[in-house]
Amino acid sequence: MQTLTQRLANPTRFMELSARLLPWISWATVILLVYGLYLAFLASPADYQQGETVRIMYIHVPCAWLSMMIYGLIALSSFGLLVFRHPLADVSAKAAAPLGAAFTFLALLTGSLWGKPMWGTYWVWDARLTSVLLLFFLYLGLIALRSALEDEGAAAKLTAVLALVGVSLLPIIKFSVDWWNTLHQPSTDFTSTVDPSMRLPLLIMALAFTLMFFAMHLKAMRNEILRRRVKALRAQAVAGRDRFGASAAQGAAE
Amino acid sequence: MKKENTNRGVGQNAPPLLNPASWNPITVQLIAEDLVIDRGARRVIEGLSFAVRQGEALVLTGANGIGKTTLLRTLAGFIQPFRGSIKLDGGDPELSVAEQAHAVGHANAVKASLTVFENATFWNSYLETGGQSSARIQAALQHFGLEDLAEFPAAYLSAGQKRRLGLARLLVAHRPLWLLDEPTASLDAASSERLVAAINAHTGKGGMAVVATHLPLALDRARTLDLSALKVAA
Amino acid sequence: MKSFWALILRDLRLAVREGGAIGTALGFFLVVVSLMPLGLGPDLNLLARIAAGVLWIALLLAALLSLNRIFEADYEDGTLDVLATGPLPLELVSAAKALAHWITTGIPLAVLAPILGILLNLDLNAYPILVATTLLGTPAVSFLGAVGAALTMKTRRGGLLLALIVLPLYVPTLIFGISAVSAGAGPGGLGASFLILAAISLVTVVLGPVAAAAALRVQLQ
Repeated sequence: MQTLTQRLANPTRFMELSARLLPWISWATVILLVYGLYLAFLASPADYQQGETVRIMYIHVPCAWLSMMIYGLIALSSFGLLVFRHPLADVSAKAAAPLGAAFTFLALLTGSLWGKPMWGTYWVWDARLTSVLLLFFLYLGLIALRSALEDEGAAAKLTAVLALVGVSLLPIIKFSVDWWNTLHQPSTDFTSTVDPSMRLPLLIMALAFTLMFFAMHLKAMRNEILRRRVKALRAQAVAGRDRFGASAAQGAAE
Repeated sequence: MKKENTNRGVGQNAPPLLNPASWNPITVQLIAEDLVIDRGARRVIEGLSFAVRQGEALVLTGANGIGKTTLLRTLAGFIQPFRGSIKLDGGDPELSVAEQAHAVGHANAVKASLTVFENATFWNSYLETGGQSSARIQAALQHFGLEDLAEFPAAYLSAGQKRRLGLARLLVAHRPLWLLDEPTASLDAASSERLVAAINAHTGKGGMAVVATHLPLALDRARTLDLSALKVAA
Repeated sequence: MKSFWALILRDLRLAVREGGAIGTALGFFLVVVSLMPLGLGPDLNLLARIAAGVLWIALLLAALLSLNRIFEADYEDGTLDVLATGPLPLELVSAAKALAHWITTGIPLAVLAPILGILLNLDLNAYPILVATTLLGTPAVSFLGAVGAALTMKTRRGGLLLALIVLPLYVPTLIFGISAVSAGAGPGGLGASFLILAAISLVTVVLGPVAAAAALRVQLQ
């Protein structure tokens, strides 16, 4: 009797399941996103201080939330790979890294656009922005390390080690950036309370973005599995077509 | 020629081959059972079982890329087999197989800026858990004809001499199991003979050796495992 | 433990014999620090204010230069195989190598830092603190660097990749190293910065070898 995770771990099962799940998630994303955007841009009030620019928040906050959640997901997948040798864990970590980097970049971009009317400049070394910037660097490190390694099996495990090191140091990095910020400037406290009228649109948008990420993540995982199958089939074909027999092809691969 | 700085009064000049407490003259053997080894997406070795008994040498043969190096690196603990087990039956139960083995691969692990003697001394003090024994180091260098070069940095050595220094590691620290991957590469005939003599002496004292080689070596008590025959059968 | 010291001793001996790495790092440190006034102008007040930051950043970059050789040299000549089959677990092998790197790079850089402080008009009273923080903070540089070195051991553009991977991880060390030296040491005063810096170094001394060993096990396959 297989456990649920064991059954989900099987890539074939995963392909079947994700194919059935993906349309539902995609449609839920579209519906929530449309509703969320309607609430955010039409049905919610402008801020009494910030005016219309507050609406950037409805994109910025979900991106910032995803930037952290995805790193957590990568760390979890990495743990699953190194400890349980879960066959899908690396597929998940690999697919999530570029998505995480993209959402982190969007969080930085929207944060900077939001900052322009607020601070009068596009970039301020605010504690939150700085932390997100460093998180962005951690994503870049993960992607760069994986792309530099040729052996996919080794790349998977080494990237997982780096992700776990990153996630264990993240709290220290966050703490040090906060400390550094209080050292150099009085904290600019501008998101202390969110008005109840803004809470619902924010929640819907966060939910929509999260579902959007999961839809993209599932799709990227499916692509990665298919890519690996193609690769395996090609390797098989090369070995099969060698007229000197299989051993010669094996010699070349070593 | 060299300063004697070790206290040799401990009386460990010729340490027993295995930890006496666990030493059993009949059953010490390397047992590999039902090994399945993958490299990347490729299955290199499928369902291989063999045993190397005490005092025996196992010669691995087969074409390039058949998996000799992979098998040796698996025995040395670098590669985790997909399935199957490797154990040293009758060995020290507290140590892994790798910790009871010498693994000599293609590289010599020789540091060019250290002298021949310093290279050997480092292996001795790093690998040997017992007391340091300069007699042992001397004997090892002597066996491979390096005693006159002991004071020179290894950078001055020729490829063959470096190889001999790399092989001297086998004698510098004591391990019951030797895993040798093409040990005669870049050795001349005379040096190869010295190596064969070292292996024979090792197995003669009850040690075990697994040797991957292209050339026929005059090893005593040797059996041959042809990995290509295994491939065809499988 | 004998093996541990044997390994450190060998690494120190190699560093002395091969020499180049320490000299290059110290020279790089000197050049980077000297470039700062050339880029920022010779205003002594400005230089004094940013001296601690400049010294720490230049120190990190200088240490980075030698990081990628921590495991690479031993991997290339096959020594890493021997080290892995020895009685020492890979965690302790990594720790020994990182410790040797700290002794051969971290300490010389920390000792050179106050001399370069003169170039930047650093307040004389800050010198003892500067040496203390650099000595206290550089273990983190070596032990986290060992993780990066183990991860990038086999890659061709290892050096640049290593920098991209480990520099963000050095941020806490950098922040607390500088905040201890800068006047008005921030909330909790000087003592807090010191203690936190020491804590960060301790965390990396424990975490680094474990992660580096995990990476080496993969690399040796």
